[in-house]
Amino acid sequence: MEHFYFLTRFDYTLMIVTSGAALLGTVSGALGTYAVLRRQSLLGDVISHAALPGIAIAFLLTGSKTPLLLVLGAAIAGWLGALIILSIVRLTRIKYDSAFGLVLSTFFGFGMVLLSLIQRSGNANQAGLDDFIFGQAATILKRDVLTIGILGGIALIIMLIFWKELKLLIFDEGFAASIGLPIRALDILLTSLLVIAIVIGLQAVGAVLMSAMLVAPAVAARQWTDRLNLMVILAACFGAFAGVSGTIISSPIRIPTGPTIILCATVMVGISIAFAPNRGLLWNSIKQRRNRRSLKIATGSLIGATAAKNRMKENDTRRS
Amino acid sequence: MIPEDLDILTLLIAIVTASACALPGVFLVLRRMTLMSDAISHAILPGIVLAFFLTHSVSSPLLILAATATGVLTVIFVELLQKTKLVKEDAAIGLTFPALFSIGVILISQYTSNIHLDMDAVLLGKLEFASFNILKIFGYDLGPVSLYVMGGMLVLNIAFILLFYKELKLVTFDASLAATLGFTPVLIHYGLMTLVSMTTVGAFDAVGSILVVALIAGPAATAYLMTDSLTRMLILSVVIGCVNAVVGYLLAVPLDVPIAGTIATVTFLVFGLVFMIVPNRGLIAIARRHIRQKWEFAQTMLIIHLLNHEGLPEAQAESEIAHLYEHLQWEPTFATRVVKHALNNRYVSQQATQLMLTERGRTIARQTLVQ
Repeated sequence: MEHFYFLTRFDYTLMIVTSGAALLGTVSGALGTYAVLRRQSLLGDVISHAALPGIAIAFLLTGSKTPLLLVLGAAIAGWLGALIILSIVRLTRIKYDSAFGLVLSTFFGFGMVLLSLIQRSGNANQAGLDDFIFGQAATILKRDVLTIGILGGIALIIMLIFWKELKLLIFDEGFAASIGLPIRALDILLTSLLVIAIVIGLQAVGAVLMSAMLVAPAVAARQWTDRLNLMVILAACFGAFAGVSGTIISSPIRIPTGPTIILCATVMVGISIAFAPNRGLLWNSIKQRRNRRSLKIATGSLIGATAAKNRMKENDTRRS
Repeated sequence: MIPEDLDILTLLIAIVTASACALPGVFLVLRRMTLMSDAISHAILPGIVLAFFLTHSVSSPLLILAATATGVLTVIFVELLQKTKLVKEDAAIGLTFPALFSIGVILISQYTSNIHLDMDAVLLGKLEFASFNILKIFGYDLGPVSLYVMGGMLVLNIAFILLFYKELKLVTFDASLAATLGFTPVLIHYGLMTLVSMTTVGAFDAVGSILVVALIAGPAATAYLMTDSLTRMLILSVVIGCVNAVVGYLLAVPLDVPIAGTIATVTFLVFGLVFMIVPNRGLIAIARRHIRQKWEFAQTMLIIHLLNHEGLPEAQAESEIAHLYEHLQWEPTFATRVVKHALNNRYVSQQATQLMLTERGRTIARQTLVQ
C-alpha cells in the first residue's frame, strides 16, 4: 500500500532530483562514450578529484555558493589537471596511469588543505562544500537542474557539431592528423567536454562516484552495438535510466542516492556483459559450443572421408 | 596544544608511512598499474565496514585482514572483467571500484548512528590523531598503533623486494621472458598486489583513501624522472617520499591544516620541480637542447651552402653575407647571429663582407654531407 502511495504521489522534491539525475545520466553517458573508447575511462575520476581546489578557490574568492560559480572553478581546476596530465605524458616517459594518479591525489590533497582553511575561517556560508566530495543528490534544487540542463545541453550540442572530427580522433588519430585536422585542439576540446560533463554532476553524486557515471553507461552500451551513433544514444539512455531508477529505489528506503545510482548502472553493465547479443558472455558460450559441435561434425566427416579413401586405395592395390 | 614528544611521533608515523608506500609504488609505476592503488584504496571500504561490524573496533587485526582481502578481490575482479575481452583495463578499473565504494558508502549510511567511522576519516585520514591511538599491552604504553602497523608494512615491503628482487625486476621489464624462464609472473603479480593492498589498508588510517595514492605514485614517478636504474629508483623514491612527508608536516603545523593534504601538495610541487630541473630529461634541459639544435642546424646549413659553391665562379656572390638572407631565406637578424656563432666556432672566417670556410668548417660540412 505504501509503495502504491509513493508511486501515485510523485512528490515535487523527488521529481526535481529524478530529473536532475536523468539529465546528468544522459550527458555523462553520451560523453563518457568517448572517454571509454579512447581508453581514458579514468579521466573522469581524475578530473572530478582535481576539481576540488577549484571549488575551494572559487568560494574563497567570491564567498558565494552559486552553482555556476563553483562549477566554473571546478571546471578550471579539472581542466588544468587534465592539461598537466597531457603534458607530463607528452614530455616525459611517465605513462598515463602514473600521471593520472599523481594529479588526482595531489590536487585533491591541495583542495582538502584549502577546504580546511575555509572551514576554520568561520564563514557560515561554507556548509555544503563537502557535498562536492561525497555528493548529495537528495539536495538537488531546481536551479541545480537548470545548471545541469543548460551546461550539459551546450556540451552535447558541441559534441554534435564536431561529431565527424571527434569520431575520427577516437578511431584513427593518425589518419585524422594526416588529413590536416588539428589533433591537439580536438584533444583539448574533447577533454573540455568531459570536464563539463563531470563538474556539473559533482554536487549530485560526488567526486568518487562521478567517474562511474562516465564509464558504466558507455561500457554497457558498447556491448549492444558496434556503431558510434547508436552507442552514444544507448549510453545516454542507460545513464538516464540509471539516474531515474537509482533515485526512485533509494528514496523510499532511505539510502544515499549517488551510490544507488552507481549500483544501478553497474547492474546494467552486468546484464549487458552477460546477455548482449553477439558479444555477451552467454551468446559467446553458445557460439563456442555450436562451433565445437560443427567442428566435431566436420572432423568426423573428414576422418570418415579419409578412411573411405584409404579403403578404396587398399582395394585398388589389392586388385592390381 | 599537542605536546612536543607527540609531534615527533606524528612526524615519525608520516615518514614511515611514506617510505612504506613509496616502495611498492616503484613497481606500480613501472608496470603501468598505478591506478590499481587508487582502485584498491576505494574498494577496501566495504571490507573495512563489514569487519568493523564484526569487531566493533577500528584497529583490530581482523579489519586489516578483511580490507586486504577486499583489495585483492578488487584486483581479481578487474582481471576477470578484462579476461572477458568485453571491457578494457581502464574501464574495468573504472567500473569495479566505484561499485564497491558505493556498497561501502551505503553500508556506512545505514549504521552511521552507532559507529564512529565517519566519511571524512575514510577519505582524508587523521594523521593528526594517529599518535593518540596508543598500543597498550599489560598496561604498558608501547607507542602509537599506526607506527607499529606501518613499521611492520615497511619491513614486509623491504623483505619482499629483497627476497624477490630478481623476479620482480624480470616480471616488471619482460613478463614473457619471465614466464618462459619459469618464474610464474602471476604469483609475483598477486604477491605485489597483496602487498599494495596491505600497505594501502595500513596507510588508510593515517592518510585516507585518496592521499595514499599520492604517497604511492608521487615519489616513484618523481624518481622515474631521475634515474634508469631500478635499485636507484627504489632508494630515490623512499628518500623523496620522506622529504615530502617532512616538508608537508612542517608546512601543516603552523598553518593548522590536514598534514596529509600538505604532504600531497608538496608531492606535486617536488614532482614539478624535478620535472623542471632534472638533467637531460627535465623541461629546462629539453628547452635548452631545442635551442642548441636550432643554432647548430643553422650553422650546418651555412657551411654546407658555402662548401657547395666553393671554388666555383659564383662563389664570390654566394658567400656575401647579405646574400644569405635571400638564398637561405633567413631573417637578417637571424642570419647575423648564425654568422656570429659560426665565426665563434671557427667554422668560417670573414674577409670584408665575404665568408670563407675554414679547414675545420670544410671538414665538418663534408662529414655532414657524407652522413
